Amino acid sequence: MTDKILTILEKNARIKIDDLANILGEDAVRVRQEVEKMESDKVICGYHTLINWDKVGQEKADALIEVKVTPQRGVGFDQVAERIWQYPEVSSIYLVSGNCDFVVLLQGKSMREIAMFVSEKLSTIDGVLSTTTQFILKKYKQEGFVVDSPRKDERQAIS
Amino acid sequence: MRDPLNSFIEAIPPSGIRRFFDMVAEMDDPEVVSLGVGEPDFDTPWHIREEGIYAITKGKTFYSANAGLMELRKEIAAYTNRHYGLVYDPASEVLVTVGGSEAIDACFRAMLDPGDEVIIPEPCFVSYKPCAVFAGAVPVVIDLQEKNEFKLQPEELEAAITDKTKLVFISYPNNPTGAVMNREDLEKIAEVVIRHDLFVLTDEIYSALSYGDDEFVSIASLPGMRDRTIVVNGFSKAFAMTGWRLGYATGPARVIKQMMKVHQFAIMCPPTLSQYAAIEALRNGEEDVQFMRNEYDQRRLFLLKRFEEMGIPCFEAKGAFYLFPCIKKFGMSSNEFAERILNEQKLAVVPGSAFGASGEGFLRISYAYSLRDLKRACERIEAFVSKL
Repeated sequence: MTDKILTILEKNARIKIDDLANILGEDAVRVRQEVEKMESDKVICGYHTLINWDKVGQEKADALIEVKVTPQRGVGFDQVAERIWQYPEVSSIYLVSGNCDFVVLLQGKSMREIAMFVSEKLSTIDGVLSTTTQFILKKYKQEGFVVDSPRKDERQAIS
Repeated sequence: MRDPLNSFIEAIPPSGIRRFFDMVAEMDDPEVVSLGVGEPDFDTPWHIREEGIYAITKGKTFYSANAGLMELRKEIAAYTNRHYGLVYDPASEVLVTVGGSEAIDACFRAMLDPGDEVIIPEPCFVSYKPCAVFAGAVPVVIDLQEKNEFKLQPEELEAAITDKTKLVFISYPNNPTGAVMNREDLEKIAEVVIRHDLFVLTDEIYSALSYGDDEFVSIASLPGMRDRTIVVNGFSKAFAMTGWRLGYATGPARVIKQMMKVHQFAIMCPPTLSQYAAIEALRNGEEDVQFMRNEYDQRRLFLLKRFEEMGIPCFEAKGAFYLFPCIKKFGMSSNEFAERILNEQKLAVVPGSAFGASGEGFLRISYAYSLRDLKRACERIEAFVSKL
């Protein structure tokens, strides 16, 4: 049951427990307990709203920053990673394979805020060798959702 | 002027679904929520569409062989074998058609002589009886019963057989009832069919959409039935490919050979671009089918639970994407119920009587709709019945 609950919640975090129970053919009390348990076990880490800020007319930029670092003895990449993720400006950080070590995602900042963060905070962290900042110009698809594509029922009457 | 019309065609009544959709169209109200449409709400999976686009760019824009691309027929034979344990020769026992509908028409024409009787259990999809009439045959209707979950019973079949009976038509999972027949149910039918030396045409277009524990079983796979059975299937429902117009018939070579004549002179060949897309569907589309089936199943469970809460009796349909709730206790005909709920609550559902007399007292509820639409629809049903 947990797999099924998670698959549904991943796409629709706002579904009511009663509806969730109904589509799974399960008892609502049990489903609620399962969800609460997964929340306390941090299987469910949080619920997030995907917002198209462009539509609100706010000039907010997002950037992907590739970061090269020197791994440190005993703690590898984790210590540098923590020094980066502790900043509230950072919305995601991943250790990746390839040309850089980390990809850091900054969301919903002004260009200037991003520039300041990279030059004053990120690049001055001990162990950070270099950064490459890529501003996101346009979002087409995010978290599995196609941005700004209203869907119309194309089905016609037929018999 | 003389009467320009064929009297048999003229006598066929217009489709009851059509009549209802015309009413909805007349209202022309964006507030109308519909649970009326009988086709998947999913887009054709992208990799399949992409293959169709690729076929265009490569200039695959010519006729195919009459019976369909051999590559596709081989994939159909492999799919049919893999899923239903049926073995057909792609060269002589598989015919690719313009949807399952064409296959049904071609089969009736190829098998029935004027005056032959074809047994058609109702409620059923609206095209079967007219197609039998096109072939000059006589449709003999069996009124299926809700108490049997709309499964065809061997006694019902036995009672409908005369010395003119040639073909028995079945369609499970069923449109409009959502009923399925499992192996045990079908074995009893097969026994009667073999004993009376009859043939079966089985429309299995919804075969990929069965829920619950029983796996879908084709009557053609039962002992002694393969050479008595024509199986019709297609891509529309399983792969959400309705507009591609592609179906197929499989069966014994001597029947397929004659169906091929009807097909080649009336249709020539199915759309070539669609056939390339269909090859991709059969090779790499199983996960998509699983995904869609799972979604439909969740909606099915949701609606069953909601009907239970509303006190509207509805047997547990385990196939297709329809529920067939009974509205007899509200003391009005299906037509009246459907018209009133359309006018008073702006909800469109198809009256069960559109699918035969035995559908009277029921509604066809399609769950080829988002959960959001289903929830809104249930609220309207609840508001409607609470005032009755």
